[in-house]
Amino acid sequence: MNRSTFPHRLLPWLLIAPQLAISLVFFYWPAVQALWQSMLREDPFGLKSRFVGLQNFQKVLAEPAYINSIQVTAVFSILTAFFSMAIALLLAVQAEKIVRGRGFYRTLMIWPYAVAPAIAGMLWLFMFNPSFGTLAAIPRALGIHWDPLLNGTQAMGLVVAAASWKQISYNFLFFVAGLQAIPKSLLEASAIDGAGPVRRFWTIVFPLLAPTSFFLLVVNTVYALFDTFGIIHAVTSGGPGKSTETLVYKVYNDGFVNLLIGSSAAQSVILMVIVIALTAFQFRYVERKVHYG
Amino acid sequence: MATLSLKDVRKTYGKTDVIHGVSIDIADGEFVVIVGPSGCGKSTLLRMVAGLEEITSGTIEIGGRVVNTLEPRARDIAMVFQNYALYPHMSVFDNMAYGLRIAGVRGDDLKARVAKAAEMLDLSTLLDRKPRQLSGGQRQRVAMGRALVRDPAAFLFDEPLSNLDAKLRVSMRLQIKDLQRRVATTSLYVTHDQVEAMTLADRLIVMNKGVAEQIATPMEIYDAPANMFVAGFIGSPAMNFLPATVTGSDLLISDGSRMPRPAGLQDGGVILGVRPEHLTRSRSAGPGTLTVRVLAVETLGADAFVHARLGESGSEDIVFRVPGHDRPAEGTVVSLAVDQDKVHIFDAATQRRISGM
Ligand SMILES: Nc1ncnc2c1ncn2[C@@H]1O[C@H](COP(=O)(O)OP(=O)(O)O)[C@@H](O)[C@H]1O
Ligand SMILES: [Mg+2]
Repeated sequence: MNRSTFPHRLLPWLLIAPQLAISLVFFYWPAVQALWQSMLREDPFGLKSRFVGLQNFQKVLAEPAYINSIQVTAVFSILTAFFSMAIALLLAVQAEKIVRGRGFYRTLMIWPYAVAPAIAGMLWLFMFNPSFGTLAAIPRALGIHWDPLLNGTQAMGLVVAAASWKQISYNFLFFVAGLQAIPKSLLEASAIDGAGPVRRFWTIVFPLLAPTSFFLLVVNTVYALFDTFGIIHAVTSGGPGKSTETLVYKVYNDGFVNLLIGSSAAQSVILMVIVIALTAFQFRYVERKVHYG
Repeated sequence: MATLSLKDVRKTYGKTDVIHGVSIDIADGEFVVIVGPSGCGKSTLLRMVAGLEEITSGTIEIGGRVVNTLEPRARDIAMVFQNYALYPHMSVFDNMAYGLRIAGVRGDDLKARVAKAAEMLDLSTLLDRKPRQLSGGQRQRVAMGRALVRDPAAFLFDEPLSNLDAKLRVSMRLQIKDLQRRVATTSLYVTHDQVEAMTLADRLIVMNKGVAEQIATPMEIYDAPANMFVAGFIGSPAMNFLPATVTGSDLLISDGSRMPRPAGLQDGGVILGVRPEHLTRSRSAGPGTLTVRVLAVETLGADAFVHARLGESGSEDIVFRVPGHDRPAEGTVVSLAVDQDKVHIFDAATQRRISGM
């Protein structure tokens, strides 16, 4: 390693000061606040608060609504990550086969990524609105009594669809890049060895995409866990009942709607731990574990 | 094991003709090498046989069966790629077993067949390794093993040795030849290296710009190249070409020196072709010799190749071979006797060989 040396002790600190300041003000300060508040309990009028240690955490973890939220989050994240990745992979594989207009097709595929989450949520809400939604006709034509505003399963389906749809573009790009990195001669060798297109995909392409898939799995999980607030807020607001209330949405609901600051802060801290764990996991494994030289 | 037959096979990309009609019948067990400069269409031809490229027109038969429209997997061939194309996520064993498993071979039978191929290629101790844990030569052998283990009707090789260093290339060359003799599987082998081509082939296809210029055994091609391209491509260093005129009882070279007139030629311009090994230093100048000025000497040990310029005014370059211990000094003028039995005469216009030997 080549170490650069600075002539001055102070200079390096000055250089990283702006970044440090931003991090401190917008990340560490709120994080410390959350940590502090998670150990306080406010009276119902918000006039005074007292220190309660880990009581907020004990209460949160014992709360059935919180356990429900964990389950909702798990279902939502798994489904969203699965569908957004599976559909993106399917589209990427098909796009590889296009000979003419490949670039055009790929460009079009990227557009959904530019749509803001709340807008994406509204789009899906409108399209599948039971009374005037254009696409609501499809489930109805299939004989399903379609009403995501009352049916929790259907509501979950709708937020999963909206959240997946938005993430497909991103995954698509990575899968296209991943597919292009697979040497064509491997597929030719496998074809000569007797494999048909389906077997070629499952024995060669899919395993060689493992690094890409693993990376995307982490990214999509983080996305589903933390970046889908806007979509859920726009489409279901966590309802009906609490059937789409994910952990992040519950933090918002408890803190800003129900004004349970201590509980909400405790939940934030739990989420923080999850993010840190996921990030550490990603750093540790994505770069090193799953790749073939 | 099978015969392989190409009948007027052509390939066109859009409006560009890449292969202009190649025909050859390859006998069962024969080793045929396609050789030619880079970009002449060797790989394209091989890939058409493999089924990786569509055939624009013509017929390809493997074992008497027309395979033009068959998928690669239906053709019963195995191919060794230039970059080996080993499956990076599979062990050596799984790489070799891949095709067999697809063919439905299982259990002990599978293990036995892989073990046998591994034995032949000295890979038995490497079966658990991943390709990235192998050296270039070992990867190359795995690629061979993957082809060998399936016992196909024909082997196709696309420059399998070009990623190896020179020494390994020579030993692998011998190994491939020996292996092919033992299993006696019909083989089509592509290379741009004429030494590799000469040493491996039962028969050679010399290609140039999509045309099979000559199809014959290595020695036939060396002794009687069909045209100037083949003459210049096969043999190292390349054959010397000297413009000459047939007149009276002489063959008049551009620098004014004279050779005896070869029989059966009309008066007019021709090209005289002489290989470097058919020029020897002679004490006396005179008819049948060339006078050259030495420019540079490449010493190889046993031999040396002398680069020289013809005549006083000097426009034609000439290369000749001398024993390593008997090299002329640079800048000296020497006389060269031309072995009259070994010269080739080419038509100046068509570049075809019209006489010699
Ligand atoms: N897919 C393609 N489209 C257009 N031209 C091609 C294609 N593949 C190969 N060619 C052309 O065909 C010629 C022969 O190529 P190739 O068979 O790879 O040559 P070689 O193997 O002898 O080096 C080259 O001039 C190359 O540019
Ligand atoms: Mg090639």
